[in-house]
Amino acid sequence: MATLVGYLYVLAAVLFILSLKWMSEVKTSRRGNWAGAGGMLLAVVATLLAFGVHRYDLLIGAIAIGLIIGVPIALKLPMTAVPQRTAMSHAFGSLAVALIGTAEYYQRAPNIDTFIIAVLVSEMILGYLTFTGSAIAFAKLQDLISGKPLIYPGRNVVSLAVLGIAVALGLALVINPANSWLLPVMALFALGFGFLLVMGIGGADMPTVIAILNSYAGLSAAALGFVLNNKLLIVAGTLDGASGLILAILMCKAMNRSFTNVLFGGLGAVVQKSGSGVQEARTVQAYSPEDLATVLEFARHVIVAPGYGMAVAQAHHAMKELQELLETKGVDVKYAIHPVAGRMPGHMNVLLAEANISYDKLLELEEVNPLFGEADVAIVLGANDVVNPAARTDQSSPIYGMPILDVDKAQSVVVIKRSMASGFAGVDNELFYDPKTMMVFGDAKKVLAQVVATLRK
Amino acid sequence: MPTEITQNDIIVNLLIFLMSSFLGLELIRHVSKLLHTPLMSLTNAISSVSVVAALIVIAHAKNNFILTLATIGVALAATNAISGFMITERILKMFRKDHGGEKK
Repeated sequence: MATLVGYLYVLAAVLFILSLKWMSEVKTSRRGNWAGAGGMLLAVVATLLAFGVHRYDLLIGAIAIGLIIGVPIALKLPMTAVPQRTAMSHAFGSLAVALIGTAEYYQRAPNIDTFIIAVLVSEMILGYLTFTGSAIAFAKLQDLISGKPLIYPGRNVVSLAVLGIAVALGLALVINPANSWLLPVMALFALGFGFLLVMGIGGADMPTVIAILNSYAGLSAAALGFVLNNKLLIVAGTLDGASGLILAILMCKAMNRSFTNVLFGGLGAVVQKSGSGVQEARTVQAYSPEDLATVLEFARHVIVAPGYGMAVAQAHHAMKELQELLETKGVDVKYAIHPVAGRMPGHMNVLLAEANISYDKLLELEEVNPLFGEADVAIVLGANDVVNPAARTDQSSPIYGMPILDVDKAQSVVVIKRSMASGFAGVDNELFYDPKTMMVFGDAKKVLAQVVATLRK
Repeated sequence: MPTEITQNDIIVNLLIFLMSSFLGLELIRHVSKLLHTPLMSLTNAISSVSVVAALIVIAHAKNNFILTLATIGVALAATNAISGFMITERILKMFRKDHGGEKK
C-alpha cells in the first residue's frame, strides 16, 4: 500500500507541475486548472488510503463547511472583488497551515528533533503573520478599513521589534521544545507583526503585498512538508511560493521599487509638495462627455488605459459598448495594461475579459508604449499614477523611475476621473495640466454611457 | 506515531525543495501577464494541498485538541481548494479572442 501511495503522490506532483505549465497561455489554461484540481483529488485520496484516517465524520463535516462557504463565493463573486477573495484565501490558507503546524507541535512535544522544531517554528511564525496580514489586506480591499497606510513615528521600529520578539520566542522554543507555553505567546506576536506590517501599506501597493503573502502561504505549506516528511507538500508548496515570489518581483519592477521599500516605505502617506505655489495657480481644462464624443468621432486609433477607478465604477461593460460602437465607425480601439493597474496582478485583464473584450486587444506596457505616438486619442479611465509623466521627468517625485504608460505621446489625452484627487501614491499628476489633456469629470460608467448615447445620435 | 525523520530524508527533501524552486520560477516566468490573476487563484487552490498534512495529523492525533486544530485546518483548506479551482475556471472561461476577420 505504501508504495502505491508513493506513486500516486508522484502522479499528483506531475499534475501540479503540468497545471502551471498549461497556465502559461490562455489556450491551455483551463486544462491547467483541471490538472490542478485532479492533482488535489489524487493527493487527498492517496493520503486517505495510506494513513488510515478513521474520523470520516469530522472530514465530511469539514468538507461540508468548505462547500457551504466556497461554492457561493466562487459562483457569485463579482469580478471586481477578486482581489478581496484572493486576500481572503491567503488568510484561510495560512491559518490552516499555522493551525496544522500547531497541532503537529502538540502531537510531538516534548521530544522534538531540533531540525523539525526549527522548521515548525518558522512555519508557524510565517503562517500566523500571513494570516493577520492577509486579513488586513482583505479588510482594506473590501473598504472595511481605510486603504491609507497607518503611519506613526517609529512604526518600523515597533513592527520589527514585534517580529523580533516572535523570533526570539521561537528560538527559545527550538532550544527547549518542552516549553509549550512559549508557543501561544509566539503566535500572538507573529499575528501582531502581520497586522502592523499590512496596516502600514497603502492601497497602491496591494498588488505587491498580495503577491508576497501568496508566496508566504506557499512556503509555509512547503515547510509542513519538511516536518511531516511529505514530499508532495514540499513540491506543491514550493511551486506556490515561487509563483508569489515572481509576481511580487514583477510588481516591484513595475513600480521601480524594492521589497523593503514596499514593506516599510509607507508610500501614499506623505503628500509630496514640490513647488506647491506654482501648482495651485494652474488650471485644468474640463470638458463634457459630449465633447469627448466629438473627439472620438474624428479619431482613427484610440488607446484606453484602465485603472482601479474603472473597477470601482464598474465601467468595464460601458467601455465595451463604446469600443463596439467605435469599431463600427472604423475606429481601432486597444487597451494598455500597466502591470500594477488595479489591486492585484492581472486585475484589469480579468475585468476586461469579463466585459467580453477580446484578449488580443489587451496590450502590455512594453507592447503598447511605442503605439501611443500613432494614437489620436488616449483615454485614461480611472488610472492615475501609472500614467503620471513625473515618473519620467521629476527626480524628486516618489514615483520617479517607475515605468509608465506613455499616454502623453498621443495626439490628445482624455482623462475620465471623479475629481482632482491624487492617486494612491499621493502625488499630483502633471498630465492633467498638459494643454492637450481634456479632463472629463464624473463617474466613469455614466460618462461612458453619455458618450455612447451622443455617438448614437 | 509519526515516523522518525532521518538525516537522509532531510537531504532528499532539501533537494526536492531546491529543484521545485527552480522549476517553479521557470514555469511561472513563462505565464502570460494576461493570466496573473487566475494564476494566483490557481496556485492558491494548489497550496490547499496542506489538507494532506491535516489528514496525516488527524490520522494519529493523540487528543481532541489536536484533532480540533487539524479539522479546522481541513475546513479552511477545503474552502480554499473548492472556491479556488471553481473561480479559476470561471475567470478562465471569460478570456476569449474575437474570431472575426480582424487583424491584430
